[in-house]
Amino acid sequence: MKKSAVAVSLALLTVASVAQAADQFIPIPSYRVGAYASGGAKFYGGMIDYLNYVNLKEGGVGGVKLTYEECETEYKNDRGVECYERLKAKNGGASAFNFMSTGITYATMDRAEKDKIPLMTMGFGRADAQDGRAFKYVFPLITSYWSQATAKVQFLGQRVGGMQNLKGKKIVNLYHGSAYGKETIPVLDAMAKKYGFELQHVEVPAPGTEQQSQWLEIRRARPDFVLLRSWGVMTPAALKSAQKVGFPRENIVANWWGGSEEDAIAAGDAAKGYIAGSFALDGKQFPVIQNIEKTVYGAGKGNLSDKGFIGTVNYNRGVVSGILMVEAIRAAQKKYGAKTLNGDQIRWGMENLNIDAKRQQELGVTDMFPQVKTSCQNHEGSGYTRFMQWDGKDWKPVSGWIKADTGVTLPLIKASVDKYSQEKSMKLRDCAAEK
Amino acid sequence: MFYRESGQFKSSYAADSAILTIAQDRLFIAALLALAFVVLPGLGSDYLLSGILIPFLILSLAALGLNILTGYAGQLSLGSAAFMAVGAFATYNFMLRMPGMPLLLAIFLGGLSAALVGVAFGLPSLRIKGFYLAVATLAAQFFIEWVFTKFGWFTNYSSSGVISAPPMQVFGIAIDTPASKYLLTLSIVALMALAAKNMARASIGRAWMAIRDMDVAAEVIGIPMLRTKLLAFAISSFYCGVAGALYAFVLLGTVDAQAFDLHRSFQVLFMIIVGGVGSILGSFLGAAFIVLLPICLNLLGQAFHDTISTQFLANLEMMLFGGLIIFFLIVEPHGLARLWQIAKEKLRVWPFPH
Repeated sequence: MKKSAVAVSLALLTVASVAQAADQFIPIPSYRVGAYASGGAKFYGGMIDYLNYVNLKEGGVGGVKLTYEECETEYKNDRGVECYERLKAKNGGASAFNFMSTGITYATMDRAEKDKIPLMTMGFGRADAQDGRAFKYVFPLITSYWSQATAKVQFLGQRVGGMQNLKGKKIVNLYHGSAYGKETIPVLDAMAKKYGFELQHVEVPAPGTEQQSQWLEIRRARPDFVLLRSWGVMTPAALKSAQKVGFPRENIVANWWGGSEEDAIAAGDAAKGYIAGSFALDGKQFPVIQNIEKTVYGAGKGNLSDKGFIGTVNYNRGVVSGILMVEAIRAAQKKYGAKTLNGDQIRWGMENLNIDAKRQQELGVTDMFPQVKTSCQNHEGSGYTRFMQWDGKDWKPVSGWIKADTGVTLPLIKASVDKYSQEKSMKLRDCAAEK
Repeated sequence: MFYRESGQFKSSYAADSAILTIAQDRLFIAALLALAFVVLPGLGSDYLLSGILIPFLILSLAALGLNILTGYAGQLSLGSAAFMAVGAFATYNFMLRMPGMPLLLAIFLGGLSAALVGVAFGLPSLRIKGFYLAVATLAAQFFIEWVFTKFGWFTNYSSSGVISAPPMQVFGIAIDTPASKYLLTLSIVALMALAAKNMARASIGRAWMAIRDMDVAAEVIGIPMLRTKLLAFAISSFYCGVAGALYAFVLLGTVDAQAFDLHRSFQVLFMIIVGGVGSILGSFLGAAFIVLLPICLNLLGQAFHDTISTQFLANLEMMLFGGLIIFFLIVEPHGLARLWQIAKEKLRVWPFPH
């Protein structure tokens, strides 16, 4: 024990001494090995490429160079905590963490609050963290799972020609038997009550490779639609099982974890026609992606080992995550000046994001992701989801941006926040007083 | 030379049955404890304490639990993570449902609940053994994970099935800094390791080892099978349960059932295999190897951060880790604890090999 402690401290010293002072440090807790490596490598590749792009093009944000350091989490909670502790105070302090893992986010939430470092949980995480009064340092930017769930039902409403036509329809919610999978059940129940459709929850035990009996049950139930709340290997397994029992894939709608090339290609033929939600569109048609390819890969500084992955869903999500991070730093610099900022200042920036149509145009990301405007009360800042369909080769958009049904989500968020603040015996922030 | 015992005489039974009979060992352990209890909490960085030492200590405790069951009593088990989960969720519910319950008591009761569940799943050990028993405990692994995911009561109906730890304090001292968390963990682990060492030396440990080496012979000389085996399951699960509670409350501050999946059970099993089956020290060495080595490799890899692709580094880390496990098991199949013992014997006769 003693020996390893010494070795670790030595290693720490060497790494720490390399650090420079006048930079803005962004920790990258990535996962490039393990069950979700294929997605993680592209996501964090995209994020790093964007940071390098800003450095190459503008020499950093407001003249402050962006630095980063990776730490392999393997998508494991304990490793994630280790990475958090390793990177939080490095190089002048971490700006913000984006773990891309609900579990690690939950595990670091209390620590982040104490260290005053924001956690970015773009598209995932605790849905109730949208309420910035209780979760000062957590930002489920663009869309939470709950917002997506309401968007899914509204999308089905569009498919049947109006929400009123959902009455009497039968929908199955096929979900992963984990914390992640169960998260949307209360929202879907509330939607079912509101629009009068019949909802049946069917659980797939983790990891979800075995779905024979679930799909037989679905065939017996004859639902109009299946909402797929899948994860990793569960998506292709679901699509293949659906093909076996003859359930039309056009009527399967997944959330964004099921909507990447990795999911669809693995299912082969069975994936054709299948629909998934998305908060960041794929493709290379956006100027920002083209510029990254030109500038970063042109200079030989690209992070991906295979350039062919540029423009895939997960890569683009990583770029969006980089954009939101950089915009938060920009916003914070406007208030605090162009210098190295600490986590709490970046939090202010994240809380005062305003990426409107004009800014999107400037960034070259028009329509790549919805407009984002956050506030003290609203840490999500958008709530829009868009749907796309796999045509056998590519994802094709099949809807516009659908707004979350806040009439359903807000009361649930309020109830959840009340329970949380009671359990933790804490007082909510007064947003009006902070103005 | 370094471990020479000449001149150290034992003149009483108490001296003969002490845990550490050699002065050098006593000195070494005293120094180690002083380092762990006094120097590290004062000088160690947040990262060293809560990123490295706390997980190491907690998983050592889990490995200790499995070592009691598998190493000493010879009952194979793949359910250690499940018993950790029982400890974590039971502690959470004791604290939630009985406001004002002291943290240490809740952790103790959580351990007891794990012991009860352990006994229930240990019952098949009376009829089946070896590989078949391992599969029976595997059932515990899947069943318990399913129960905690399925029934909302255990997680206080949280929408995602994740529990979060309430503010903690022990004897009026708030446990909220890395140093206080580390000291709490270290104290519990040190006490329980001492208890385990004494159990292994006492009649109960001898009974376990007799059953491990040949159960028929053990029964013939009058060791009660039922009681001894179930006691091994109970005590082992108690250790795992406490480890689970610490894992949830002290390390992560939040936990869901998936944190204690089959991978965690395997991880604990690898710890005792690499560290040394049937050895208290081995549990610590094994945990250090399995928990710390990947972190050290990762830290080293960061030095090559700009020159080699991170993807390659991440995979290289896994390959090196796997390679080192194989290497150590070939060099010493009895684990790192045995290597340590050999080193000590060599030091004893150093510099002359005879």
